[in-house]
Order: sequence, then structure tokens, then C-alpha cells
Amino acid sequence: MRLLLKGGHVVDPQNGLDETMDVLVRQGKVVAVDTAIDAEDARVLDVCGKVVLPGLIDMHVHLREPGREDEETIETGTLAAARGGFVAVACMPNTDPPLDTGAAVRFVLSRARETGYVRVLPVGAITRGLGGTELAEIGELRRAGAVAISDDGRPVTNATVMRHAMEYASMFDMPVISHAEDAELSAGGAINEGYWSTRLGLPGIPAAAEETMVARDIFLAELTGARLHIAHVSTAGSVELIRRAKEKGILVTCEATPHHFTLTDEAVAGYDTNTKVNPPLRTQRDVEAVRQGLADGTIDVIASDHAPHTAEEKEVEYELAAFGMIGLETSLALAVTELVRPGILTLGQLVERMSYGPAKTLGLDWPGIVPGAEANITVLDPDASFVVDPAGFASRSRNTPFSGRRLFGKVVATVVEGRIAYEAGVS
Amino acid sequence: MPLRHKDLLGLEYLEREEIELILDTAVPMKEIFTRDIKKLPTLRGKTMVNLFYEPSTRTRTSFELAGKWMSADVTNIATSTSSVVKGENLKDTARTLEALGANFIVIRHQMAGAPHLVARTVKASVINAGDGRHEHPTQALLDLFTIRERLGRIEGLKVTIVGDILHSRVARSNIWGLTKLGAHVTVCGPRTLIPPEISRMGVEVTCDLGEALADADVVNVLRLQLERQKKGLFPSIREYSDLYGLTRKRVEKCKPGVLILHPGPANLGVEITEEVAEGPNAAVHEQVTNGVACRMAVLYLLSGGGKPGEIAA
Ligand SMILES: [Zn+2]
Repeated sequence: MRLLLKGGHVVDPQNGLDETMDVLVRQGKVVAVDTAIDAEDARVLDVCGKVVLPGLIDMHVHLREPGREDEETIETGTLAAARGGFVAVACMPNTDPPLDTGAAVRFVLSRARETGYVRVLPVGAITRGLGGTELAEIGELRRAGAVAISDDGRPVTNATVMRHAMEYASMFDMPVISHAEDAELSAGGAINEGYWSTRLGLPGIPAAAEETMVARDIFLAELTGARLHIAHVSTAGSVELIRRAKEKGILVTCEATPHHFTLTDEAVAGYDTNTKVNPPLRTQRDVEAVRQGLADGTIDVIASDHAPHTAEEKEVEYELAAFGMIGLETSLALAVTELVRPGILTLGQLVERMSYGPAKTLGLDWPGIVPGAEANITVLDPDASFVVDPAGFASRSRNTPFSGRRLFGKVVATVVEGRIAYEAGVS
Repeated sequence: MPLRHKDLLGLEYLEREEIELILDTAVPMKEIFTRDIKKLPTLRGKTMVNLFYEPSTRTRTSFELAGKWMSADVTNIATSTSSVVKGENLKDTARTLEALGANFIVIRHQMAGAPHLVARTVKASVINAGDGRHEHPTQALLDLFTIRERLGRIEGLKVTIVGDILHSRVARSNIWGLTKLGAHVTVCGPRTLIPPEISRMGVEVTCDLGEALADADVVNVLRLQLERQKKGLFPSIREYSDLYGLTRKRVEKCKPGVLILHPGPANLGVEITEEVAEGPNAAVHEQVTNGVACRMAVLYLLSGGGKPGEIAA
């Protein structure tokens, strides 16, 4: 099958493209990028006035399969990804059972082949059972297809275990993804510690609970020379620590979520449990630091930390509610609305944070929109707006704090390996 | 003017005029039950449920009496802490109570925001009888009432709240109520029990009790949960008592006529000595009496009752 994306504005900074171009796709590959391509037998998608981007990657999602298929499945999660403009997602290993064996990783990949709409990149566990003590068989995880290791959701408390994980993972050139949280400083906490935790009477999680672990892991990355990736950076202090580590040449990358560059802890005021997330929503100063980090490249990646939960897990007392919010179907629009439209990021920088950044962090071969490359393309209408309506989500869960919000940036089409995984108006 | 709210979730959500209306309404209510005049028929045929997830004989009994003076049918449901942890669903419980005919749900819960969840779920009026460390609005109302009754005003007074501010819903409700009514509030306690950025709620903060007492017109002493010591928040009860206990010696250095409040039950000899709690400056027993009056006023106003003058006492 041939596909012609006609008349779109191609934005691909790595290939020096920022102009109106046609893109011709054949047998899963980009075969031509040029002005005025004619291809009579190709399916033509008129994308005049839209932007054509190298396919976006969300490198931090929870697909919940196996184990919590009531919250999400690989099928529903990857459909949500396609609708959100993502051609690939990296899924976290805190499933049941966790992705701590080659067999578990192969299971996810085979389910993704059978039911998935976009490419699935499994992240293996650092430790067996995510228990924080014994290393998982990281070599076996790599052979099975894991792209990184993480005990996401649970910090690796023991610094020696983390050190060994980094040393061991570096043999396979795999990044270690750190969920940076000092579990004792954060113990019992439900929201950011500060004025709002005081006012609302909710137990707080201080910024230092994240920053002490970011600092520790940076020192361990320096010690081991391993590649460290800090997940969901949420505080000004973390951004500053990572900025200085990069200046020193330490191999550290990091990501920020749309909720951490959009919302503050003030959003918790009505005790809406959809605002409960870990790390928690922080202060305006933190939001500004995260935006600055995204603008200057200290933060390499935008990732959603898509964390589906059922209504039963959320419609309870705030302190009892599960942490996490879904993000696949709002992430790109939040980035467009909160970062591109106010001029914090150019579209080219958005492509760096949402396509090349994650690809490079995960060590993917990611040539962009260039002849010969696998055709992974996101077509976006940055000026079209919509109102977030969770009832219309492809995700099996509805836990978003953005319900009812008007956002800019609608996905027109998501092309995965040359196939249209999602096309607006076609369900 | 009735209250413009279905629920009483906290003093945070009330305007100054609404707080004053409740206090004004509590005056004839106190008359009614201290002089044993006949009950008010306001809530005849209405059902009030006390849903207590934390044991509290005092507050529950006070609400129960208030309900009875208003002619409500009162039911108590004591639910253990463990049933919350086990995930017995609060929304389901609230819906069940409403289906059983509850018009008022008085809820005490160890988690902040629990009354809000119930209020969103049911049409019945929800009264917060203490939610975690968030608010305990009727306690603050009775404190305000007691201050007004004893000192004649609230505006311009200097009020010091001493103790475990971090975990105290009484402190937060008092801060909202007092600052809205124009008092100057100082909170005082060990640094480990002062929550971050509390000054943004419009209060002064000090860890020095002498300084906090020096020009106070009112001192509200909070109950210390003794188990906080085990969590390392202060080294010993003895040291806490040395630094923050209200003793006669300390009261003697205060302004003459200083009013001393305590929400009870007090750990005598820890945060306050018996001599002070029972002394002439303290209003511990009046507070209990005033609590019933204030809760009657809240029930009256939430049920749509009008100005205090209209109460047929
Ligand atoms: Zn995480």
C-alpha cells in the first residue's frame, strides 16, 4: 500500500525540514519527501494546513496488562496512544506479574503484535518482583526486547542495589530509569508539601523527597558511567540538579509530564482525586522551572506517565485514592497549548522532546522523515481546539484532571510503520 | 437570611456574615437548652445520622443533644478505623444512609476531604464533625462563641493557638474563623508540629511560647496526641510539657483576664495543668455547653431557618 501525505508542513529538525512538503510512503517506508509528488495509485491524505512530524513516542506509560486489564489493556492503551498521536509507547514493568523475566517481556511483545495499534517498547524491571533487593536478569530482559530497566512506582531504596543495576545495565547500553523518591520522606504523603497541604490538611510529600534521590542517582551515574534517566521530574530543585550534572558531562537524561508543566497543587483544593499523582503536583515556581528546563533542553523528553485507574480506585477519600492520571489522549494537546502556543517551545523543539528525545534516550534507530526510514509519522493540526471529554477516550480509564478543559492541537493521523493507526473522523 | 449552603464543610467556605449569623443564632439556642425551655420543633420528622469513623464521645454527644433539642430523630453509627482501611466504600455508605431517610449526615472521619466526598454524593446536608487534620468547624464556632460571650468581641483581639498545629483541624478552623472575624492569630508549637507556609493563612508563627503569650487576649491550647512522640516529632512528653505546657506561672505572666480555651479532653499536666484548666481564666466547661448551642444553630440554619429573632424561644 502506498500513502501520500499531501501539502503538509513538515517539521523535522534532525533532517533540517521546516517547509511544505509531500511525503510518500510505500511498504512501510518513507520513499520520497519532496514538493509536488504525484503518485496515482497511492491513497492521498490531504494534510494542507497541518503539520507533519516524525512519529511521537511516549516513553512512560502504564498499560496494566498483564494483571489489571480492568484498568487498561495493551489494545486499549495503544489505541489511546494512536489517537494521541504516538507511534510508540514504552510500558512500565509494574504489571502483575511484573516484567522482571524474559518471558513476561515476550508476553507483552506478543500481545502487542496481536492487539496493539502502535509499537510497544517494554521496560524491564531493575529488581526481581520490583522488590528492590535482587537484580532481575537484565541480560535476558534485553534479549527479550526490553529497551530500558526501571522499578517505576517503587524507588530502589538501597543505593548499592542501584549502583549494581547501573553497572550491569551499562554492559547492554540500557538506560536505567529512576523513579526518584525517598520513601521515608514521602511516607504517608498525598500531595505536595507546602501551603496547600497545610490548608487542606492533607499529608505532604516534600520536594526534597524527590531531590535527594535525584542527587543520589546522579552521583551513582557519575560513579558508574551508566546512562541514567530520571522519570517525571517535578521540582525546580531536580531540574537544577540535572542541569548541573549535564554540565559536568554525566550521562543523565530526564522527562517531564504534561501535568507537571500545567497544573499546581492548588488544583487539589476541591479534593478531586484525579489530581492525586506521584510525584505530586507542585508549586507555580516548580511549574516554571519545568517549563524552563524543557525550553533550554535540560529536560529531554515529554512523557505522560499514563496511569489508568478505575472509578472504584478514585472515588474514595483522597488519602485512600490511587496515585496516577491518564495522559495519552491529552499529552500532545497540553504540550501544544501550554508550551508551543505561549512560545516556550517551537514545533521543532516539541519534536525533539516528544520524538527524537525519547528515541535517543531509549537508543532507538530513529532517522525521522527521510527516504529509506521506517514511516512513523504524526500529523497534527496545531490550531484546532477541542474540549477534553473523558467519556470519548479510547483508554479504558477516565482518571484525568483535565476534563472539560479546552485544548489546542488535534491529531489528524498517526502513521505507524507505514500503516494508518489512527485517522481523525475515521473510527 | 438562611445559610446559602447545603452543607457545613468548613469555616473556610463561609463568609464573615454567615459565621456571625451562626453565632447570633446560637445565643437564643443556648437560652433554650440551658433554661430547659421546651424543644424546638424545627427538625420534627427529620433524621440526623452521626457517622463517626473515629471515636469521640464528646462531639458525638454534643451533636446528639443538639439534634434532640431540635426534635430530630438521631441515629448514631460508629464505624471503626479498620473498615475504612479495608475499603468499605464511603460513597456507598452515604447513599445507603440517604436511602434510609437521613436528612442530616454528621461525619467525623480521619481523612481530610471525606465530608466533601459525602456532600457531593448525597442531597442530605452534611456537617463536618472533624475531617483528618483539615477542619472541625463546629469546634471553632463554639470557640468563637465563647470568646464573644466572655470578652464581648472578636475583632482586634490577639489569639494564640498553642500545640500540635500540624495535625490539628481545630487550629485550621479557628484560623479561618478568627481571621475572618478580624482577630490577630499567632500559632505556637515546636517546629516539627508547625505545618509549612502556614503564615500564608494570615497568622504569625513562633516557636517561643513566652513570646506567643505575652500580649494574647485568648490562648487556645490544643490537645497533644501523645503517640506523635513515637513518630519522632518531639523527643519526650516531659520536654514538650517544659516548653509548651500552660502552667499557672506562665498564665500569671499573661495579660490579666486572659481567656484560656481547650477543646478537650485535656492531657492534664502535659499541655495544660489542671490548675489552669479549672482556674478562673479557663472556659473549658462553658465551651462544652456552647458547643450544643452552636450545633443547634447550625442545624437550624441548614434546615432553612431564618433570623435569630424568628426563633420562638
Ligand atoms: Zn514513577
